[in-house]
Amino acid sequence: MKIFKYALLAIPFLYFSCSDDDDAPEPINEEEVITTMTVTLVNHQNGSDVVTMQTQDLDGDGPNAPVITVSGPLTAGTSYAGSVQFLNEMEDPAEDITEEVQEEDDEHQVFFSAAGVGMEFVYMDFDGDGNPLGTQFVLAPLGAGSGSLTITLVHEPAKPNDGLDSAGGEIDIQTTFPVTVE
Amino acid sequence: MNCKCNKCGASFKSKLALALYSFFSICCINLFAQNCNNKLSIQVVDLHDGTPLSNANIEINELEILGTTDFDGNVTFENLCSDTFLLTISHEDCESITQTLDLKKDVFRKIRLEHHLTELEEIMVVSDNRNNSRTLFENKISKEVLDDYNSRTLGEVLKTVTGVSSLNSGNYLSKPVINGLHSSRVILINNGVRLEDQEWGIEHAPSIDINSIYKISIIKGASSLKYAGDAVGGVIIAETSKEKLLDSIYGNVTTNLQSNGRGGGISTDYTKTYSSGWYYKFQGTLKRMGDFETPNYVMTNTGFSEHNLSLKAGLNRIDHGFDVYYSLFSNYLGILRSSHAHTAIDIINAIENEVPHIIEDFSYDINIPRQKISHNLLKLRGFKNFDFGKLSMRYDFQSNDRKEYDIRRGNRTKPALDLNLQTHSIAFDLESKFDNSSNLKAGISARYQKNFPDPSTGVKRIIPDYKKYDFSLYSVYDTNFSESWFLEAGIRYDFSHIDAYKYYRTSLWEARNYDELFPEFVVEDLGLNILTNPKFDFHNISSNLGARYSISESENIFINYSMSSRKPNPSELFSEGLHHSSARIEIGDLSFNSEVGHNFSITYDSSNEKSSLTVNAFANIVDDFIYMIPVDLMPTIAGVFPYWEYKQEDAKLFGFDLKYDRQYFTNFFIGHQFSIIKGYERADDKPLINMPPVNLKNQISYSFPELNNLNVSLESEYVFRQNEYPNNNFEVFIPTEQTYQLLDTSTPPSAYHILNFASSIGFKAENGGNYKINLRVENLFNNLYKNYLNRLRYFTHEMGRNIMLSVSYNY
Repeated sequence: MKIFKYALLAIPFLYFSCSDDDDAPEPINEEEVITTMTVTLVNHQNGSDVVTMQTQDLDGDGPNAPVITVSGPLTAGTSYAGSVQFLNEMEDPAEDITEEVQEEDDEHQVFFSAAGVGMEFVYMDFDGDGNPLGTQFVLAPLGAGSGSLTITLVHEPAKPNDGLDSAGGEIDIQTTFPVTVE
Repeated sequence: MNCKCNKCGASFKSKLALALYSFFSICCINLFAQNCNNKLSIQVVDLHDGTPLSNANIEINELEILGTTDFDGNVTFENLCSDTFLLTISHEDCESITQTLDLKKDVFRKIRLEHHLTELEEIMVVSDNRNNSRTLFENKISKEVLDDYNSRTLGEVLKTVTGVSSLNSGNYLSKPVINGLHSSRVILINNGVRLEDQEWGIEHAPSIDINSIYKISIIKGASSLKYAGDAVGGVIIAETSKEKLLDSIYGNVTTNLQSNGRGGGISTDYTKTYSSGWYYKFQGTLKRMGDFETPNYVMTNTGFSEHNLSLKAGLNRIDHGFDVYYSLFSNYLGILRSSHAHTAIDIINAIENEVPHIIEDFSYDINIPRQKISHNLLKLRGFKNFDFGKLSMRYDFQSNDRKEYDIRRGNRTKPALDLNLQTHSIAFDLESKFDNSSNLKAGISARYQKNFPDPSTGVKRIIPDYKKYDFSLYSVYDTNFSESWFLEAGIRYDFSHIDAYKYYRTSLWEARNYDELFPEFVVEDLGLNILTNPKFDFHNISSNLGARYSISESENIFINYSMSSRKPNPSELFSEGLHHSSARIEIGDLSFNSEVGHNFSITYDSSNEKSSLTVNAFANIVDDFIYMIPVDLMPTIAGVFPYWEYKQEDAKLFGFDLKYDRQYFTNFFIGHQFSIIKGYERADDKPLINMPPVNLKNQISYSFPELNNLNVSLESEYVFRQNEYPNNNFEVFIPTEQTYQLLDTSTPPSAYHILNFASSIGFKAENGGNYKINLRVENLFNNLYKNYLNRLRYFTHEMGRNIMLSVSYNY
């Protein structure tokens, strides 16, 4: 009858394990998500000429597509002081991820490219090794027309690099804004 | 049924002789025992399982008369005077016993005889076969083969069996694929315990230490109903060695080194047994490897370390026994650094580059991304033989802890995935002899499982919190229908209740119409997310119907039909979001029902001293097969992702495999293995993904018995290109170039051929132990190739040449 003794021995284990509470799990604070990128362009010659571009995807990897907005046209023949801000709006209040990107400047880089219209980009902030970061930049539209501006944030790219194609790393954000230059 | 005692009375001639002998014995009794009329009936049975023992001698010492049991173990002495007698009961394979008998009237006495066995193993061999099925062909992997692979993983060693392949994520993570199916469709039984280790994950390798295993049996395409009813692909049964029933100490120390990975391992086991049946054993393994290398470059961050130990103690008597078993499996492994992709464009770039974008010098460092897994198993088991059969009881507890570390921003070193899965189960099994030619096995079991995803990761839970309650019943009946036909029929019922808590994105909940389909699941609407409490009940029936036809002792045909029912796993039900390692969005479905596989198989097996041939053909018709297909593209802030959904469609799989070994001359041996598997969706004949390509293995070996059993062999492995695959490619918009580019994740790599060399030699040590040295070289010619069944094939080639040396000492 030994086995029955052992069977009895096992029973407390079962009760022990079954007696946990039935509470619903706590919600997760999704920390690393970037929901929003806002690009602010301020005309060097005319401080009141401010163009903002934004992509906002509040449900992250949920089915809703990001909402992309561009406040207005850029002016040809001038230059703009640009800044990029990254937010996690899933947290309340929204967390500014830009600070994290700037702190880990050697592990990040923002890449800019234009299609359909000519534009020039100049990096204005750099990491400790003197390689570009790109949260601050200068954008100069070369001529009138319409096309697109693509901004990409890469995590852990090879630095220095010859551009997005050879940088490797992982893309955290990539958004193409429709732009008009007048 | 068991052991020698049966064999001795097997032939008809001896039965006849026995009957005559019994007759004369009884006549003699009549002559001597006059004036008295007591009748003594004796039945001699096997103490182990109650089988009647024929040919046992019973002597009534005082009267010097002898009787011999007939085929049913019976003998009768008549006309005995009232007296006290001393009986001596003997059998040529059993230990003799004496019993006193006070005879005053007619008496029936049942006498249990214990076999005189030096090792319990002989009994175990028989009961092993009974564990599983007698009408299903089982592929076995012996200790010798396991020894050759002692520095490898379970997935690798299972590939030595025809029709079994492995689905890899790099070099170390390798999941067994049986007849084209894997993950939740292949059940692993470790020492009688069903392994519960998040096996749904395609990049989760089984948590079993290969060095703790003594023998592996593989049942393709069917469940072993004692353990599970949901093995649509098959069952893998791993067992430790059986303890000897004598006073002994034995064990083994094995060390191995390998060139690729520049590491090695050490493993030891120690067993102490007593003739009283008590025993204890210990086993431990340590392994450490650095980065693996292809012929051309280092696969950065692919090293691993593994620490395992197991303890077992118990009492093993023939008619009762118990044991306590504990094992810990823990590993820490790097995932190829360059395989971390975030977007489809990352994968396009990786495929274009052909080689990983990060290649560093060789290192033992295990950096992020990495996995850390520990699996604890505690088992208590006891059994006792009764008149009605062998009753055993088992309780087991498993705790599986899985942490996956990903590349994260903000110096976050905490895991991105942290799951703890705890499982308790309790089971009672009865093995009973129905009559001389048939057996009945039946059992009942219950299981409780709890999954806890740690919220402190700061990453959305992939698998939700859930509790699962299982209850099952099974019964298997087998019968020796005639001399050559053996039939088996079994049925199992499984009930499962799942009680989960999950946060869904509100947008997804609504997009999938769950708000209308499952409004009762909603607990709280939190705006962005919605807390739900999905509850499901599954009732599943599975069954087996099989026959074995013995053409001769060495030639058998196995015919089997098996129905397996598998409830959807947590990933299939609850997935809802970006899966980083595959750079796609994966969506499960709450409305899935159980998948039901109907597997028909026929196996011809013939083996003699010179050759062995096994041919197996199967068809597996799976209703409501759950699999993923890409349905769309989904824009997110990180770019466009392919959107994969789990679907439930009917599928069919067919396959054929062949194994032929033949010995030529005395020491020369040639072996061949061939296997082909095809899988399609039934509706439109679209091929299924990740079906193992056709493969052909050939082996020649030569042994030199006079040179310390030196054995050298050369293995050739040719894997054809998989020409039938679903085309899941799609065009990805490249914003920087304003163009579309093809993301080709479907096209399989080319065929490949590799050669392996293996040799072994054994020496006797002075103290009675022995040494064995194995040298094995894989990918002898250092070929550069990619493997269709490696999920990281977009990022890297396979391992280059690997020289492995192992020395083991047995005592």
